[in-house]
Amino acid sequence: MALKGNLRDFTITQLLNLINLARKSGTLFIEGPSEKAQVSFQQGKLAYAHVAGEDDSLATILYRANKITAAQHRTIKARAGKMSDKELGLLLINANYITQQDILASLQAYFVSVVQRLFTWVEGFFRFENGAAPPDGKITIRMSLENLIIEGSRQMREWEHLQSEIPSLDMALKFTDRPGTNLRNVNLSVEEWRVVSYINPKNTIRRIARTTQMNDLEIRRIVYGLLQAGLVELVRPQGTAPKLKPSLPGKTREEQKSLVNRLIGRIRSL
Amino acid sequence: MQTVKIVVTGPFSAGKTEFIQSVSEIDVVSTERKITSEAERIKATTTVAMDFGRITVGEDLVLYLFGTPGQRRFDFMWEILSEGMLGFIVLIDSTRPETFREGRSILETFKAYAPTPYVVAANKQDLPDAWELDDMRIALRLQDHVKLLPCVATDKEAVKKVLLELLYSVLAEMDANETG
Repeated sequence: MALKGNLRDFTITQLLNLINLARKSGTLFIEGPSEKAQVSFQQGKLAYAHVAGEDDSLATILYRANKITAAQHRTIKARAGKMSDKELGLLLINANYITQQDILASLQAYFVSVVQRLFTWVEGFFRFENGAAPPDGKITIRMSLENLIIEGSRQMREWEHLQSEIPSLDMALKFTDRPGTNLRNVNLSVEEWRVVSYINPKNTIRRIARTTQMNDLEIRRIVYGLLQAGLVELVRPQGTAPKLKPSLPGKTREEQKSLVNRLIGRIRSL
Repeated sequence: MQTVKIVVTGPFSAGKTEFIQSVSEIDVVSTERKITSEAERIKATTTVAMDFGRITVGEDLVLYLFGTPGQRRFDFMWEILSEGMLGFIVLIDSTRPETFREGRSILETFKAYAPTPYVVAANKQDLPDAWELDDMRIALRLQDHVKLLPCVATDKEAVKKVLLELLYSVLAEMDANETG
């Protein structure tokens, strides 16, 4: 029986737990709301992970991990662009540019970051293909899943909490009118400042997330902090039609006001 | 016959059914079921679809009060019940701070459905362990302009006051739209 289903019914954390306990080897393919990913396992251990459309070449991963410089990255891309990751890894180790340990640590950090992103995917389809290996030429690791599962469970709890606090990303934010609040006196991180700079009743939270390249979890974390601090409030985005329209009988405004006044009179008399 | 709808919403066990019962001229048409979840067993039954109350204003006009199911797993009903509402009331149990977060979330959800006026009613204010309104305003993150009203859902006068405040807000918004 194929292992496939919907993330709504079976979460990433539950899938990792199953793969870990059953010591499965194969590849998990996941189709999220806007992205696709694949994660490979060897005997229940994490071997490889990749989000479709992302540059996961060894050179780029090493550059992002500050193991090689921007100039070295450019040179490698230009001269060894067709080389597989395994070939490039051997070349760099033999040339004493980098150690095997650096390569494995950088790959592990990248694969873990991919899996952590998957924890925020609560919608989408998955299928596990037994025995399916990572793409040819890719370097694999062997990492136990237990810590990832614990971290995933934490993130799922946080995600549920944030989702109940901020149910819709289609709402906009506006600065509160509290007197005496000055943003300059508040200590904000770089990421928070980036979000703050886009706060405007015209911009939905989803649009801010897209512009600042944050995922749902990241933007919710920041918005939640700003809401908790009382710096912003949620408002309907300006210029957008509401899903539902209020309905009041009566053609003219005067007729409608008269109707509301009749309601008021009736309730007073109860 | 013209009909007007007001929705009464709020977390599980906030007192929505009692609120509607207090002013409805008919026995509230309630779709209640026995509680099956241990965690929610603080009362015997809960609303699973909606409560429905009626106040006749005249031969040509009727006000309907719709109470939403409080448990989140029935939230697919909320948007259906909100269709065409004049305004909504969010009822919060002042003695159960563990439901305040849920109350905030419900408020944000309904605000997203429709740009209608709303008021927040702090129910069970007659109980000794009820939170004070000022503290509830902060906990619920309500801005100063949002009406937060004391309420006892079983007390007809208190319920009338909440309904009236919502209707005053409807009138005020009409006036604001005229001048704006």
